Amino acid sequence: MTSPIAGGVDCDLHPAVPHLTSLLPYLNDYWRDQVTTRGMTDLISQSYPTNSPISSRPDWRPAQGKPGSNLADMQHQALDRFGTAYGICNPLYGVQMVFSEDMADAFCRALNDWLVKEWLDKDDRLRGSIVIPVQSIEKAVAEIERCAQDQRFVQVLMLVMGDMPLGKRHYWPIYAAAERLGLPIGIHAGSAYHNPPTSVGWGSYHIEDYVAQAQAFQTQLTSLIVEGVFARHPKLKMVMLESGFTWLPPFLWRLHKFWRGVRMETPWVDRAPLEIVRSNIRFSLQPVDAPPEPETLNRLFDHMQSDELLLFSSDYPHWQFDGDEVLPQGLSQELVRKIMIDNPHATYPRLKVGHDPERWPPVFGQDHAQN
Amino acid sequence: MNIQIRERPDAASSTGIKTAIADCDIHPARATKDELYPYLAKRWHAHLETFGIQAYQGMMEGPPYPKAQPNASRRDAYPPEGGPQGSSLSFMQKQHLDPNNVALGVLNPLATGQGLRNQDLAGAVCSAINDWQIEKWTSKDSRLKGSVVVANEDGASAAAEIRRRAGDKNFVQVLLLSRNVEPLGQRRYWPIYEAAQEVGLPIGVHAFGFGGNPITASGWPSHYIEEMVGHSQCQQTALASLVLEGVFERFAKLKMVMVEAGFGWAPSLAWRLDKVFARLHSEVPHLKRKPSEYIRDHIWWTTQPMEDPESRDHLFQTIEWIGWDKLLFATDYPHWDYDEPSRVLPAGVSDANRQAFYLDNAKQLYGIA
Repeated sequence: MTSPIAGGVDCDLHPAVPHLTSLLPYLNDYWRDQVTTRGMTDLISQSYPTNSPISSRPDWRPAQGKPGSNLADMQHQALDRFGTAYGICNPLYGVQMVFSEDMADAFCRALNDWLVKEWLDKDDRLRGSIVIPVQSIEKAVAEIERCAQDQRFVQVLMLVMGDMPLGKRHYWPIYAAAERLGLPIGIHAGSAYHNPPTSVGWGSYHIEDYVAQAQAFQTQLTSLIVEGVFARHPKLKMVMLESGFTWLPPFLWRLHKFWRGVRMETPWVDRAPLEIVRSNIRFSLQPVDAPPEPETLNRLFDHMQSDELLLFSSDYPHWQFDGDEVLPQGLSQELVRKIMIDNPHATYPRLKVGHDPERWPPVFGQDHAQN
Repeated sequence: MNIQIRERPDAASSTGIKTAIADCDIHPARATKDELYPYLAKRWHAHLETFGIQAYQGMMEGPPYPKAQPNASRRDAYPPEGGPQGSSLSFMQKQHLDPNNVALGVLNPLATGQGLRNQDLAGAVCSAINDWQIEKWTSKDSRLKGSVVVANEDGASAAAEIRRRAGDKNFVQVLLLSRNVEPLGQRRYWPIYEAAQEVGLPIGVHAFGFGGNPITASGWPSHYIEEMVGHSQCQQTALASLVLEGVFERFAKLKMVMVEAGFGWAPSLAWRLDKVFARLHSEVPHLKRKPSEYIRDHIWWTTQPMEDPESRDHLFQTIEWIGWDKLLFATDYPHWDYDEPSRVLPAGVSDANRQAFYLDNAKQLYGIA
């Protein structure tokens, strides 16, 4: 077994919203009334059914409630266990899935405020990702700017399957705001289900949706690279979260080959795809879609041609590994240090900035503008 | 791009004997719009003139992602007698089959009835294309073998067409495309698999197709290159569907060929499937084996566009994960991203693997002596 080293950065933790009523204190009167009058109960995505084995390791599943909904459990099972210095919270509550951009905006704001009060304020190690209502660029940018005042928000979070490919120019104001504020864009597995969850239509099974996350990440990387996001925003980092990474080398072989063939179509792509990935794209460690033999995995690392691409993640409480095997077997100590400490700090500049409570005037509930 | 800045070696005049190869992806084209009419009932002539071809995409003429060159084909592949690239047997023989010593060429017609919304028209056009393959191509050059194209969204019609061609040595496989109305493992397509298994033909699944779904799970992208690269992701999810729906459990003798979709992604997909299956097998109890085992036993891969990593070791390791016995050489003639036979494999491959890669795997799969 490869042991984790103390002081690492866990880049993918999933605190769960227990119930939609948990967000009521963070909604204004109008939206609180909407939730209760219209009988809304919860926002659970098909991407992570609560009782699916993927959604929680068996020994991490609480006796009651949703996996990941209890801070003490997360501390005991992940933060303390792996000696984590910083843990980045990526809430996967289904707030982006509703089709009304106003409702999505209200829920996103409530979710971000909930994260601050219920998690970040209660454990100094925790950091947050800003969940945004991606259907409205104006509202998404406003929410990024609002939350970015708190240095504990270290990234902007989007889902890998949304309304449009993420490279589309429509989304660029989000990227401009993120780059300006020193926030990477985290792209997490999961679908808003505004499109079929695979590029060949609706499958029959949850397992198909989960496997297809990897293909969705591939198409998003194509879009982000060929639309020219990183020519326009060279300092912007994007982190593929719970994406898998063993597909990356053959994906880049193919993209590179076609880019050489038809690059006249996208003349603004000023560097080879592999170079863009090396400078701007990072991947969370879990899941490791590879056989357990260290020899095969080390070959795959060799195919990736860089030791700077991976960021440590437990994917807590999702079930990606058993026991303490949060790191795959056979990693060198040097690579462990890169993955757990050096690479995350190079990706998330805000981790180094201390948190100053005075700079975070909380804007809760009643103060929200009614949409 | 695609302006020829270097003379392509004139294969016809090269000296020396070349080893025979199989080309498992050749695209025959029609020289004229009405070349198919002799094989179609009269009612369809009028229908086509009036309403045209309506597929699961919006354009009547021209693709929504314009190709990077006419017909996505080599500029040096226009036949001297006129017509689009790939529409002349004699020129195909002169430019490709003879100089490259193609012993077996598998025809994969792409502009057929597949992906049409009108299923009666789809069936008629597919059947006509199959007759046309015999009359224009396979009966005139015994090296060429056809693919039975079928109305892919209409299982009964497709199965009937496959059975109609049973035992016809002009055909060596059934051809489907990767993008359909639903993922390929869905039950609406099972009559196709049942018929193919019954008549003993493998099924080629070629990249492309029209099913109405956006080519990403996040909607429609902007560029041709995204469509080109995206076919590989479509193929991955289509294959995952075939495995997870239990198609290879139900049709245990079925063989499938992934055509023009790459093969480098196969190991990663198989590992991911196995890993997730270990967690979620209770959802798919109809699977009796690990997903990777179905892939290993039932799937072959054509090589073009060849995986092209900087390091040849990375290529060889990837092929070892898949198996040298599962790759089928293909050029994609006359398309622009054609793979030149002599330049595809780097040095360092054993003679036995080279022979399997270029010829023997294909002859064995397609039952060619």
